[in-house]
Amino acid sequence: MGKIIFIGFGLFDEKDITLKGLENIKKSDKVFAEFYTARLMGTSKEKIEELFGKKIKILSRKEVEEGKIILDAAKNKNVAFLTPGDPMTATTHVALRMQANEIGIKTKIVHGVSVITAAPGMLGLQSYKFGRTTTIPFPEKNYLPESPYDVIRQNKENGLHTLVLLDVKPDRLMTANEGMKILLMVEEKRKENVFTPETLVCVVARAGSDDCLISAGYVKNLSNKDFGEPMHSLIIPGKLHFMEAEALVKLAGAPKNIIKARS
Amino acid sequence: MGRKEELAKKVQQLMHDLRHIRNIGTAAHIDHGKTTLSDNLLAGAGMISEALAGTQLLLDYDEQEQARGITINAANASMVHKYGGEEYLINLIDTPGHVDFGGDVTRAMRALDGVIIVVCAVEGVMPQTETVIRQAMKEKVRPVLFINKVDRLINELKVTSEQMQQRFVKIIGEANALIKRYAPEEFRSKWAVKVDDGSVMFGSAYKKWGISIPYMKKTGITFKDIYEHCAKNRQEELSKKAILHEVVLDSVIKHLPDPTVAQKYRIPQIWKGDIDSEIGKAMMNCDENGSLALMITKIIMDPHAGEIAIGRIYSGKVNRGQEVKIVGMPNPYHIQQVAISVGADRLPVEELNAGNIVAVSGVKDAAAGVTITNTDMEAFEKIVHYSEPVVTVAIEAKHMKDLPKLVEVLRTLAKADPSLQVEINQETGEHLLSGMGELHLEITQYRIIHEQGVDIQASPPIVVYRECTLGKGGPFEGKSPNKHNRFYLEVEPLQKNIVEAMQSGEIQTSGKIKDSKALAKKLQELGMDKIESKGVAAFHDTNIFIDATKGIQYLHETMELCIEAFHEAMKKGPLADERCMGVKVRLVDAKLHEDSIHRGPAQVIPAVRNAIYGAMCQAKRNLLEPKQKVFINVPQEMMGSATREMQQRRASIEDMKQEGDITTIISKAPVAEMFGFASAIRSATAGRALWSTEHAGFEKIPYELQDNVVKKIRERKGLKPEPYDEVYYAS
Repeated sequence: MGKIIFIGFGLFDEKDITLKGLENIKKSDKVFAEFYTARLMGTSKEKIEELFGKKIKILSRKEVEEGKIILDAAKNKNVAFLTPGDPMTATTHVALRMQANEIGIKTKIVHGVSVITAAPGMLGLQSYKFGRTTTIPFPEKNYLPESPYDVIRQNKENGLHTLVLLDVKPDRLMTANEGMKILLMVEEKRKENVFTPETLVCVVARAGSDDCLISAGYVKNLSNKDFGEPMHSLIIPGKLHFMEAEALVKLAGAPKNIIKARS
Repeated sequence: MGRKEELAKKVQQLMHDLRHIRNIGTAAHIDHGKTTLSDNLLAGAGMISEALAGTQLLLDYDEQEQARGITINAANASMVHKYGGEEYLINLIDTPGHVDFGGDVTRAMRALDGVIIVVCAVEGVMPQTETVIRQAMKEKVRPVLFINKVDRLINELKVTSEQMQQRFVKIIGEANALIKRYAPEEFRSKWAVKVDDGSVMFGSAYKKWGISIPYMKKTGITFKDIYEHCAKNRQEELSKKAILHEVVLDSVIKHLPDPTVAQKYRIPQIWKGDIDSEIGKAMMNCDENGSLALMITKIIMDPHAGEIAIGRIYSGKVNRGQEVKIVGMPNPYHIQQVAISVGADRLPVEELNAGNIVAVSGVKDAAAGVTITNTDMEAFEKIVHYSEPVVTVAIEAKHMKDLPKLVEVLRTLAKADPSLQVEINQETGEHLLSGMGELHLEITQYRIIHEQGVDIQASPPIVVYRECTLGKGGPFEGKSPNKHNRFYLEVEPLQKNIVEAMQSGEIQTSGKIKDSKALAKKLQELGMDKIESKGVAAFHDTNIFIDATKGIQYLHETMELCIEAFHEAMKKGPLADERCMGVKVRLVDAKLHEDSIHRGPAQVIPAVRNAIYGAMCQAKRNLLEPKQKVFINVPQEMMGSATREMQQRRASIEDMKQEGDITTIISKAPVAEMFGFASAIRSATAGRALWSTEHAGFEKIPYELQDNVVKKIRERKGLKPEPYDEVYYAS
């Protein structure tokens, strides 16, 4: 029986992988990867293969969800399965891990850096003070979920921050501007004063890269600002600790009045 | 054409005088002689030469109609008749009797206030007679009765004078029973037809004579005279004394209501807006000075003038150049031409007012059933004609260059004939045309080739099937591809009376559910469980989707996706990708992922669809095939051959009636076995059989045939020959 090693690929380019991850790849017989849950914008298949010294096979969402390709390969080989970020965070691959478990294939996790911790860190927000994470999907026919708005509202009611992830589609990545527009549309309909032009919002762009960007300010000032290439994420702060408020002003350009107003 | 110009002039004189207008139609079982009667009424009124009437069939102006000897289009004509020294304007619509064109009858009824029900004295009240009476009553259209082909009764069935009168009594009794059964409450007894007052007439439309009791009293003619004239072959003489059009039109004017009378009770039936509003009052009073309310009942394609919309004006006026709009559509239109119709011809007039039937051009997006107005008003009630196509042909253009034109022609045809279903496939160029029967599709193909000039190639006709289940299945667990969402669904056959209510339009199934409280109440009346009735979330054809869950977080966000999956599953059943029918689908539980990104369309739709399919597997999937009732009249010596012909076609003989020398065989046969029946029965009976069919709905296919038929359908569609099983849908 073989083994599946779930390896976190981190945030931005091929160098975000951990040394342990790299070692495990070098030892494995076959390397699969998926990029549908997030995209590593700073690299390419060729660069990755050059670093690893071996070929990787990129799987589609359907192929990963069916699981057959990975499971078949793992029956008598050691298989590495690379995913952006941390393999069991955000889009979790726990279903695949359990399928493997059921048929007696051993599994192991090598963790990676996730935006879930990176984004708060960049902004100086404390991870203790985050509520539930949510994702804004691109609106589709018959699917315009408002639950991200509800999650932000509930978190705010508890004084907690909300990390808002943005949709990844094969042909496009949602920008912070698009995400804010969707939330404003929901606000327009619901009018519960959760996400208005006066709401304080933070944008994280290209986390993990050299030209990463963070920005904090009111929605009315940020919703049309250009943050450059994706990937983007949003954070809607709840009640700010004085350290957090000062960090947002000093590190992310938030208006000074938030220090008085909020802390 | 001096005659027609004269008519146009008279129409303009009479059209404002509402008490002297009648909007009527003829309706009957096929071959009972509606069109012959209509033609003779026109001839009598001077609209066509008397010699030609009956053979010319002016109202069957379509080339195909003349060749086949049946009416396909509901055609209309206006005429003038003198009664009691006063002139009346009569707008007449002749409707088709062949069951394939039943939708046209339903739509025509909307424009009418009165109808002449024609019944053949030999055949008596037939299934289509019942259908047209039911349609008329539903639209509050008042009937009179014309018993036709009395001469054949005497000469062919050789009945005695007494037997003849007994026969009349029987037909009148049956017709009245139907009128009573279907009539609106307030008219149940009032609308019964009576011999004494002349609302029942007798005659021979073909031989151009007709008679009624009041006319007998006036002229001194007796039943005995009639009998003798017929038996002694002196009908021409009779046609001079018992003048058909006078008898019939006198009765029409006397018994059928004028628009001012009829609109008072018809408007609340066909329009659900506020009667006390300005437009409501204008329609109730048939007021030509009110705003325009025009309901379109038919679209005809004129090779020169383009699309002509025909309809009834309920209030206001239509004139040339007027700006109007279609309710529910944003753009204004300008009326280009206003006309009255005489068969295929139209006589242009400057304007027409409330209470009349009009033909207009220039309203490009009009379709049968739309409301045209120049104010803000609610649309008229939809014209409901439940017709399910049972036969399909695949057609494609013979020449590549005709491809775009064919698509356009198909769209236009679908608009002009709502019973036709057109599925356009731009990718393969193979379009599907589904209709009410072999004849319906043949005529449509003929039109595409000869009238529209597009050469096409057609597949042999294919029968349309339905899918259902034998019993109850589920709860069946459907998993989303990412395995993070689970849906639990149950299916079972829907109660028969609820399916019927959906078919008849009593329960509105198209579009979003508007008034869920009223719907729940209606469903409870029909016997649905109270809690279930409140959970109805969607309809698809005659299938219902019920949300039977309680308080599941986030489920409301995915409900539209569950409904989409339900539509997909009902459109393509699990057995053979055929449409489902009469399935009740219940969502009983769901387990959802926390984040909306992991429960989008790509996750929810397959999960719910698989759960529905899986539950249907558990409930035992069942294929339904369309059936037809076949009525055959043959001389007794041919009865054996006719019966044999039916038995070869998997038919069950339901009844046999003997009448003189003629036997009527009533049987029920699968549509799949009825192809080529017309020529087969002709050769089996030496051309002496008279036959007609009626749709008998979908029924279970014999169990031993199901697997094989399913396999054939799947192979034709390029699917794996065996349908998937429960295990497949569970994974």
